[in-house]
Amino acid sequence: MLNIAVDAPNTIQLLMGNEAIARGALEAEIGVATAYPGTPSSEIIGTLATVAKELNIYVEWSVNEKVALEVAAAASFSGVRALSAMKQLGINVALDFLANLNLPGTKSGLLLIVCDDPGGISSTNEQDSRHIAKVLDLPLLEPATPQEAKEMTKWGFELSEKISNVCLIRSVTRISHARGNVVLDKLRRMNNKAHFDTSRKPYTTIGFGEGAPRYHQALHQSLAQIGQLYESSPFNWYIGPERPEILIITCGSGWLYSLEAVKILSLKDSVGILKLGTTWPLPNELIRKYMLKTEKVLVVEEVDAFLEGNLKELAADMKSGRTWTFWGKASGHIPSFGEINPDIVINAVANAFSLKYTSRDPKYHQKSQEMVKKYVPPRGIQFCAGCPHRPIFWAIKDALKQDGREGVVTGDIGCSGNAVGPTGFYQLRTMHSMGSGTGVALGLGKLGQFGFNQPVLAPCGDSTFFHAAIPALLDGIHSQSNFIFILLDNGGTAMTGFQPHPGINKNAMGEPARAIDFKSLCEGLGVPVEVVDSYDIKAITQKLLNMLQDEGGTKVLICRRDCALIRARREKPLYKVYLVSDKCIGEACGCDRFCTRVFKCPGLFWDRNAKKAKIDEAICDGCGVCVDICPHSAIVREVS
Amino acid sequence: MSLQHKDPLNLIITGVGGQGNVLISRLIGQSMVDAGLQVTVGETYGASQRGGSVASHVRISKDTRYGPITPEGHADVILGLEPIEALRILGVYGSPKTSVVTNIRPFYPLSVATGEAEYPILETIKQCIDELSAKAWYIDASEIALNLGAPLLTNMVMVGAIIGVGLLPLTQGMFESQLETSFERESLTLNLKAFRMGLTTLH
Repeated sequence: MLNIAVDAPNTIQLLMGNEAIARGALEAEIGVATAYPGTPSSEIIGTLATVAKELNIYVEWSVNEKVALEVAAAASFSGVRALSAMKQLGINVALDFLANLNLPGTKSGLLLIVCDDPGGISSTNEQDSRHIAKVLDLPLLEPATPQEAKEMTKWGFELSEKISNVCLIRSVTRISHARGNVVLDKLRRMNNKAHFDTSRKPYTTIGFGEGAPRYHQALHQSLAQIGQLYESSPFNWYIGPERPEILIITCGSGWLYSLEAVKILSLKDSVGILKLGTTWPLPNELIRKYMLKTEKVLVVEEVDAFLEGNLKELAADMKSGRTWTFWGKASGHIPSFGEINPDIVINAVANAFSLKYTSRDPKYHQKSQEMVKKYVPPRGIQFCAGCPHRPIFWAIKDALKQDGREGVVTGDIGCSGNAVGPTGFYQLRTMHSMGSGTGVALGLGKLGQFGFNQPVLAPCGDSTFFHAAIPALLDGIHSQSNFIFILLDNGGTAMTGFQPHPGINKNAMGEPARAIDFKSLCEGLGVPVEVVDSYDIKAITQKLLNMLQDEGGTKVLICRRDCALIRARREKPLYKVYLVSDKCIGEACGCDRFCTRVFKCPGLFWDRNAKKAKIDEAICDGCGVCVDICPHSAIVREVS
Repeated sequence: MSLQHKDPLNLIITGVGGQGNVLISRLIGQSMVDAGLQVTVGETYGASQRGGSVASHVRISKDTRYGPITPEGHADVILGLEPIEALRILGVYGSPKTSVVTNIRPFYPLSVATGEAEYPILETIKQCIDELSAKAWYIDASEIALNLGAPLLTNMVMVGAIIGVGLLPLTQGMFESQLETSFERESLTLNLKAFRMGLTTLH
């Protein structure tokens, strides 16, 4: 398939938005690229990592987003172009550094690419990260297609260098994960040289009598300069009649939806579209020019009314004597939550014209909906066959039940977060941001003086542990908070595609790296540490029961097994697992279909005709865990 | 189907995570790009990529770029790697003009495996799809792939089937040359074999 480093100018490739960003970075002679994996941003660094050695660039999966941005900034300070990519939740982690970086600024081009997840398809929130550009006075670009994603990446480096500051690019799932025609340009010959000029004034706001306000003032001046450049940016354009009845102002994913909406409703003689790629600061004069052509404005954008609010601010300052009717999120034409799609935009435009739009024949629509409701069961959230998390959560459930003190499990981000659902037996009571399960557990463990006497368990994935759980664990040990920290070590960042983390002996570029050993790390903190096989339900339950007896502060249990998907790539199944049919007595057993109904491994299914459990050989991963939960010993494992 | 009759041509490839849906949408898309067309591919997936529904929207035009999501009722062709997923897509994007080619091998949702929900019998699924589409073709692509020794080739059999019945502006040669640039040696031979089996099965 495509090699992203192919030097074939003017050829057209079907690139994913994230690949197009990676290509843009290569065409702009990038030197350093960093990220912590997070959907929908992961493919940017994933793509660059595949050509890192060949092109002499440094690519890193950093321990978290703050460190990722710091590593990229160091390159910028030393004269090397760099980018850092993250999802919307990641920018919150990087924010502490970013809100300091923006004042003294940067040197070589530095891009922060944030990929938002409207609708929270792969996230716990659907935050609109564009506000951060406004809060921090940084330039913002929003691509509307993969082609633009590539071009904006290149231009972003130039903008960044023009004002010696970070440039933000905001993508969304439907740009980052969509594929489209992308015309390639020449690849620049990588010729990066790094040197930190120590004669320059330090990169900080402190210590030279100027202080933050002076830097803040200068930031406003840079932003004004960017506003001027944005006025003639090729990423902004208008299509439509000279005097549109309604002007759509849109950006990002809204552009192609708006275009299609106008086409489907046959309104191209009455609707104009002003498409903006530069959304902070706004190109005021350009907007003014088109707003003066109409009195009705429909704003189409994804998640918050960011553009809408800023346009209203601008309109209030225009002193044009004209008042506009604004439609968009405030008016309810476009929802102010969730993803947008072509139908939302078609309906918004139809609504603005008081037209009635039906997507298809109502009878057909009703019939199709009824059939789907009746015959198409949903496919819910679940752990995979052979997932090491399933037996751990089974053991947690079992141990807490035996303990009988209404134990509380505080969950964390990643695959293990699925334990909030049926395949983790609904064990999680809280789940918020990376590492917060440990912090909340520590807090609960300190409530003894108020009569709190419930056991507290904090299961946390390995990558999440390095990312953000370490400070809370240290705090817990230091303050002798009473909880059990359970490390779910499955050998990688599984949820986002098995990227390496500091516990793995390889880095993003496939080079050898030093693996941090969890056990010695935790033992170094002076607390009891137990290690157990994640597939061994009995051993995990017993160790948990022992730990639950001891109320003397924080304890650590490490559960160890590679993710079944990682393992299946390099090893054959552990066992051949099969069901001895005459031993499974089905409904007569009294187990009430325990293995399928309760344990819920996708490798097992209930055969309605035979009224017995069965193993689906195509799905079964051969972990053999279900052998230990069948009360009638009907499931057998043989070493394969 | 040619773009003279319908532009954009909206194809939706649907199935379950892990069936190789994204790979074939990419290969079909790149073949069309190589033929000078404008293509956009978008994916929709539910809360879970692990065993969840995945649909790739492939929007093909002579000269116009379209968004990554098909408007409701605007699917021209649905390629189902799993039968109830084809029906699920008809429920939102189908119209009486939609054509369907689908694999008939079920991939049970967890709720069915656990006995909480029921999976409809094939005849019922066929009745629904027939009723909601202009024309529908059914193929046991999983069986063909299993006979070739690799169930993962189901997706290639299905690409062969849809090109075989002439629903895409794509010829055997165009897709095969895409396979040749994307795979090597044994894996190329297997993919070509699966593709050709699909091509002739419904032809």
